[in-house]
Amino acid sequence: MSSATPSAPEASAGLFSRTKAIPAVGPILVLLAFCLVFAITNPRFLAPHNQSIILQQTIVVGTLAIGQTLVILTAGIDLAVGAICVLGTIVAGKLVLLGYDPVLSMLFAVSLCTLSGFVAGALVSRLDLPPFIVTLGTLGILTAALRLISKGGAFPVQDDFLGLTGNTFRVGSFVLTYGVIAMLLLYAIVWYLLNETRWGRHLYAIGNNPEAARLVGIPVRLHLLQVYALAGLIYGITAWLALGRIPNADPNALQTANLDSITAVVIGGTSLFGGRGGLVGTLIGALIVGVLRNGLTLAGIDPLWQDLVTGILVIVAVAFDQLSRRRR
Amino acid sequence: MSALAAKPQPGNTVRVVLEARKIVKSYGHVVALDGVDFDLRAGEILAVVGDNGAGKSTLIKTLTGAVVPDSGEILLDGQLVHFKGPLDARHRGIETVYQDLAVAPALDIPSNLFLGRELLSSGILGSVFRRLDKRRMREGAAAAMAELKFRLPSINSLVENLSGGQRQGVAVARAAVFASKLVIMDEPTAALGVRETGQVLELIRAIRDRGLPVVLISHNMPNVFDLADRICIMRLGRRAAVVSPKTHTMADVVGIMTGAIKVEGG
Amino acid sequence: MQTSHHDRSRYALSQLTAGCAVFAIAFGLAGAIGVSYAQADDVIVGLVTKTEVNPFFVKMRQAAEAEAKTKGLKLIARAGKFDGDNEGQVAAIEDLISAGAKGILVTPNNSSGMLGVIKKARDAGVLVIALDTATDPADAVDATFATDNFQAGVQQGAYAKAALGDKKPVIAMLDGTPGGTVDTFRHNGFLKGFGIAEGDPAIAGAAITNGAQDKGQVGMENLLSKNGDINVVYTINEPAAAGGYQALKSFGKEKDVVLTSIDGGCAGVRNVKAGIIAATVMQFPYKMASMGVDAVADYAASGKKPTGFVNTGSYLITDKPMPGLDSKDSAWGLQNCWGD
Ligand SMILES: Nc1ncnc2c1ncn2[C@@H]1O[C@H](COP(=O)(O)OP(=O)(O)OP(=O)(O)O)[C@@H](O)[C@H]1O
Ligand SMILES: [Mg+2]
Repeated sequence: MSSATPSAPEASAGLFSRTKAIPAVGPILVLLAFCLVFAITNPRFLAPHNQSIILQQTIVVGTLAIGQTLVILTAGIDLAVGAICVLGTIVAGKLVLLGYDPVLSMLFAVSLCTLSGFVAGALVSRLDLPPFIVTLGTLGILTAALRLISKGGAFPVQDDFLGLTGNTFRVGSFVLTYGVIAMLLLYAIVWYLLNETRWGRHLYAIGNNPEAARLVGIPVRLHLLQVYALAGLIYGITAWLALGRIPNADPNALQTANLDSITAVVIGGTSLFGGRGGLVGTLIGALIVGVLRNGLTLAGIDPLWQDLVTGILVIVAVAFDQLSRRRR
Repeated sequence: MSALAAKPQPGNTVRVVLEARKIVKSYGHVVALDGVDFDLRAGEILAVVGDNGAGKSTLIKTLTGAVVPDSGEILLDGQLVHFKGPLDARHRGIETVYQDLAVAPALDIPSNLFLGRELLSSGILGSVFRRLDKRRMREGAAAAMAELKFRLPSINSLVENLSGGQRQGVAVARAAVFASKLVIMDEPTAALGVRETGQVLELIRAIRDRGLPVVLISHNMPNVFDLADRICIMRLGRRAAVVSPKTHTMADVVGIMTGAIKVEGG
Repeated sequence: MQTSHHDRSRYALSQLTAGCAVFAIAFGLAGAIGVSYAQADDVIVGLVTKTEVNPFFVKMRQAAEAEAKTKGLKLIARAGKFDGDNEGQVAAIEDLISAGAKGILVTPNNSSGMLGVIKKARDAGVLVIALDTATDPADAVDATFATDNFQAGVQQGAYAKAALGDKKPVIAMLDGTPGGTVDTFRHNGFLKGFGIAEGDPAIAGAAITNGAQDKGQVGMENLLSKNGDINVVYTINEPAAAGGYQALKSFGKEKDVVLTSIDGGCAGVRNVKAGIIAATVMQFPYKMASMGVDAVADYAASGKKPTGFVNTGSYLITDKPMPGLDSKDSAWGLQNCWGD
């Protein structure tokens, strides 16, 4: 029994380690399927203009979903994503209105968002409060505070720097905004963190088996704190991207961003039980939602179908996750 | 991987690697350890047996820093040590395989083997970009498994796709790879079938043969007698006796464990 | 080798099966789309409302659908998910531009949030008409078809003043969402019609209702606790008024107070008939929508664009008319109201 030596790494790097390299096979197939259908039903769908529109529409929820992915990978959940992002837009917008330097205003707003994440992280990691409750509380507090600050009203944010990420440039016949690039860049950076560094490895271990992580000496609490703070930072940057898309600070905006981002994460194949999944899936998940909405409109179909199909996909994804876990 | 190079110590079998004196630990009214003494000699497999609740796990946890004793002292290679957490003990070369598997099932074998001690790339990629050296970890894991002669499907498998014995094998190998002083195992075969238990026992021998002493907690008497050089018998939070499997029978050991046979000193 | 590769391949296989299943669903959907898919030469008119659920917007959508049918246009209706869903409305307009809409009718969630995308639409040659809510600046769109909410507020205020007679006014304001465009116009219009200024001591207090019945009730209760002499109540809409009435009743004051409102929803008009609300000011969502669709049809046919603010009108509905104030009775109201 002990005579056979383990197979060499090279020999085993066959077909299946390659499937491991593309963790989001299912979501990618789904995305391709929808693209194919919409391309057939309306040729306008594939027009470069329309493709760039879909990308731009994905920016806000897509970027928020990066933070949401990190939190969900720790087996947590973040209901305050939208509220923290709106905090960023309103604080930055208000400060600029008051005549402060736009760059400093945005930096301050982003720091405030990071702080919000940090506080939530501290409550989760130090007091062992359930993330659901902590972020639900954060959501309530921020929503009320923001309505108080802005007296319930939205206001336009007319500033070149704050609106910078909405500026466009051409790549061939594609018109892209800096916001799209910023989103993709954030995806790349956080993907690297998750997949190529110790920090990411430890994050997966914590989500997968926190006790094991603790026993091998990973500072679990500190790590959780870092995750929530980093998520807050990402929501703050999203605030900047959101102002580029809609130059308007509105305390009533992004009310469904928490559920929308969770939807993207779940459709992307990340497990709500933590420790499994990744960012590629999340990006695909966000695109699936965007493609559905855009494609159904182009096809002239009632967009309520979007919610219906999205709902089915969420259930399929979660059921799939549950089944594959049960088998183990 | 330098840890693997920790080769056999000089054949002096009476040298004590780890010693504990008068360890006390209570949980509220429950006195889990009531002044336990303990010693582990170089190159041996020391079995720790005892009834449920005798204090085996608690004793082991004080030795690995997972529990801080109320009083008593611990000496490693004759030096007094104070472990404040599992990390302290690990830094001193003590590795533990816990009763409940301390692996992350969704990660692959190398990630689990190197969990908490991942290798970084050399040069700027490692120092600035903190990049994991996945290839070196994979090779290291494969080499470790080969050295321990442990059979695994593929080094890239996710741990959740392994059998129970193979999973435990990963946990044991992790301890073996990084231990420089000793390895502690708390019922490593409790959840395993006959064949899988065999695999893990084989591993434990391989570790001893490399010169690392092993502390093994087990309820399985045949295994204990098959493997152990000495047997430490716990009863009611104390060490009741230390016996050799060569001079005592299983009935003797069970008798001491349950209190049917009284022993002097302990 | 066996276990792991077997597991992996089973995993890959099940992913593949799931993928194929989705393909099947997708093609099923494609079948459905194929039936209803707009012909390339259809003239598309887009309607983007604030939400799907508000009966006001439901009426608007029904009217637009009916009118589009008679004019032979293809209507694509979209909406935000909640009040304040600027992102959703912007995406809807972008999608409609992509779909090749000839004209887009929009009830902007917020008067400034849509400006960028509206400009994009107009630059692309799309006729954009704001319905119900004007943009800021108003000329960001080609035209606005809406109730003059300030005028409607004036009608409400003037009625309240007349109905109160020469009693000393003590006024409660059940506002909607402070800062909202419509909210501000109605609120200020009411004060103008009543003949007082903001901050007048006659105003006993204000409460935020978000236009919802439950919050209207709580707000009114609080205001009544604060000041029991309240005898005039302004409400942002009829649900808020219904909530306010509940509170008045529990304080036993429903007979002594002039409760007024705005909107013209059928439930509100029934409340006028029942004597719960003294008077309401009706607006006409179906007019906004059908006029909007007509304008797009015109534009598609002749290239002619409407301009400026077009008041779709507002009528005072009451069964206790006041001399000197034009009004219609609740029977007329019930024939012309929206919602159910
Ligand atoms: N964290 C704890 N809190 C309270 N009591 C504890 C704790 N850990 C152990 N004990 C108690 O200490 C005593 C010794 O427990 P321990 O786990 O060391 O026994 P054991 O010999 O390992 O038993 P088993 O064979 O069941 O694993 C028991 O009475 C147990 O209930
Ligand atoms: Mg135990």
